[in-house]
Amino acid sequence: MFKGGVKLLDFKSLSKDEKIEEFKYPEKVIIPLSQHTGIPAKPVVKKGDYVVEGQVIGEIGGFISSYIHSSISGKVIDILPWNLPTNRKSLSIVIESDGEKKSIEKKQREWLKLESNEIINIVREAGIVGLGGAAFPTHVKLTIPEGKKVDFLLINGCECEPFLTCDYRVLKEFTDEVIEGIQIIAKTVNVKDVFIGIESNKIDLLPVLRNSLKNLKIFLNIEIKVLPEKYPQGSEKHLIKSILNREVPSGRLPIDVRCVVFNIQTTLAIKRAVCDGIPLTERVLTCSGLVGKPKNLKVKIGTLISEILNYCEGEVKYGRKIVTGGPMMGIQIANPDVPVLKGTTGILLLPEEKLPEDIQPCIRCGKCIEICPMFLMPSEIGRYVEHGRYDKCEYLNVFDCIECGCCAYICPAKRPLVDFIKCAKLKLRKK
Amino acid sequence: MKENLCKIYCSPHLHSSETTTKIMFYVILSLIPAILGSVYFFGFYVLNVIFVSVISCVLSELLFQILMKRRKVLFDGSSIVTGILLALVLPPRIPLWIAGIGGFLAIFLVKELFGGIGFNIFNPALTARAILLASFPVEMTKFINVFDYSVDAVTSPTPLFIMKENINQSLPSLWNMFIGARAGCIGETSTILLLIGAIFLLLKKVITWHIPVSYIFTVALLSLIFKENVFYQIMGGGLILGAFFMATDYVTSPITRKGKIIFGIGCGIITFLIRKAGGYPEGVCYSILFMNMFVPVINRYTIPKKFGSKK
Repeated sequence: MFKGGVKLLDFKSLSKDEKIEEFKYPEKVIIPLSQHTGIPAKPVVKKGDYVVEGQVIGEIGGFISSYIHSSISGKVIDILPWNLPTNRKSLSIVIESDGEKKSIEKKQREWLKLESNEIINIVREAGIVGLGGAAFPTHVKLTIPEGKKVDFLLINGCECEPFLTCDYRVLKEFTDEVIEGIQIIAKTVNVKDVFIGIESNKIDLLPVLRNSLKNLKIFLNIEIKVLPEKYPQGSEKHLIKSILNREVPSGRLPIDVRCVVFNIQTTLAIKRAVCDGIPLTERVLTCSGLVGKPKNLKVKIGTLISEILNYCEGEVKYGRKIVTGGPMMGIQIANPDVPVLKGTTGILLLPEEKLPEDIQPCIRCGKCIEICPMFLMPSEIGRYVEHGRYDKCEYLNVFDCIECGCCAYICPAKRPLVDFIKCAKLKLRKK
Repeated sequence: MKENLCKIYCSPHLHSSETTTKIMFYVILSLIPAILGSVYFFGFYVLNVIFVSVISCVLSELLFQILMKRRKVLFDGSSIVTGILLALVLPPRIPLWIAGIGGFLAIFLVKELFGGIGFNIFNPALTARAILLASFPVEMTKFINVFDYSVDAVTSPTPLFIMKENINQSLPSLWNMFIGARAGCIGETSTILLLIGAIFLLLKKVITWHIPVSYIFTVALLSLIFKENVFYQIMGGGLILGAFFMATDYVTSPITRKGKIIFGIGCGIITFLIRKAGGYPEGVCYSILFMNMFVPVINRYTIPKKFGSKK
């Protein structure tokens, strides 16, 4: 168990029992070339080109980058910068559907016969990135650097953000495929010991998972770890701490403590890419909050968020805010006409909270320090940011902050601590 | 582009229901048993003292904000807490005008002039008490017998004074000390009623155990070593009130757990030193003020080790 963190109301019952529904085939998609961590992809289509579903439209821009595929069949009508849910802009390819729903030829493969590097290449060409939100290119994670060894594979099924239920539904409805994906990853990174971490609010998955674990194709020790509900349990570093009691050194990666962590949907995407030849063109996300019909939807990448909100009867009006991702780390968007990205885990309509208009003084209660899962001092960093002392923020390890939001959640003075921290990071990076 | 329907906020988009005002309300609630007890022991006059002190604190806060031309008057209840705490450390028959001056000193001088809530260096209530003690030594040390409700009640020395000066008077029984039937400041006498409030605060997570436990434990340990009566040392003065309600003041105590324990131990040592070797029979007030000065230093040297810094 990791120290710190907060217990949250999970609001998952809103959409927990909603089966994954396929969202309608969009008439138009806007596919940004920068949806992942790293270098943006390079466009390989021109205005007027005809593309089919699964066709490469953006070529990998470097090692830490990813391929981008068309998620529908139709005509490229424009290539222009478009707003992202991250409130930045990225060059995006606009495709209009021709209604024929054509897709590339899907190649069935027997993964047992494939070598590690072949699997990594398939994953790379399928444009798979971490689907838990960070969108880090998966082929990079699968490539174990020379001289490093992996002892454990961790599958992250915690989904510790309130409201989100998409990973839960995927694990429930596509259990066999996820388990197959786990075997593929285990073979690729050459491990025998696997842990699946789920939070105790998903305990009803245990029989389904156990049942599915009976028919493994290769020999693996797969153990399901039920972890207490505590935010941010799904953070990579805290999951490793909870399951293996290993602390990833500051500024390092899980591989430095000899383990790798994959998200549920990433695992599923790997299975589909390797076995069925399907590149990453759609994902499951949760649309919840103040919407009329909370749902778990399978959505084509590039679908506009406004269309999804309409479908779920989410009325955007005064006093409501639209958030992409979970409520703790998600980003509020000003305009719903932005596309779903590979890393979009949820679309939430939340009430505007009554927060003080002016920044209130810190009363130094120390609650943020008590609960900070990275053992930082958010209150002090906040005070230094107010005084423009960014050097002090660096001294207080502001770059170790994972921006989980626990500090701002707990703060009795409702100080915008995450704002302060993001500001400090930005100022320090510019220097 | 649709018009903005809502201001854009940074994550997180959920916040706990905890607010500064709520915390202050909990503290006021936790002090009610001790206040009721003091009325029982010292008569209704103590309510006048509390009332004057609170009103003086609230008005001083208002006055300051008007003088400083703050557009929005900030009211979070912290001045009420200061007012109550100040009254609880005054003698039961203190003239009301002294309580009024105390409230003004606490808020105007000690809190607001240093920048208001979150910025004062010293505990407002205790600093005000220290100034009053230096300015009105006779009135501030006139303690009375319990259950004597008359205005000019018979004076009676506190247990710590009896022990310190070795005067020829019997000490109250331990049981009386525990329930609070002994001479002393308005709110400090009843151990049990203060503990009820303290447990409430601990359960509501308003305070943590670190400061009170390390403080009281240090005093107890030193009493044992120097062969003083442990129970009289703990319950005889203002230690319980000081440890749970004064030393735990957010603004003037360290922010990390380690710092809180150092702070508590420091308070304990100085309290015992004053009681044993100093000129006063009681040292809780000065020890906390003394340790308040060290809070920035303690904070600087107790920065927690970040996650992943172990090798």
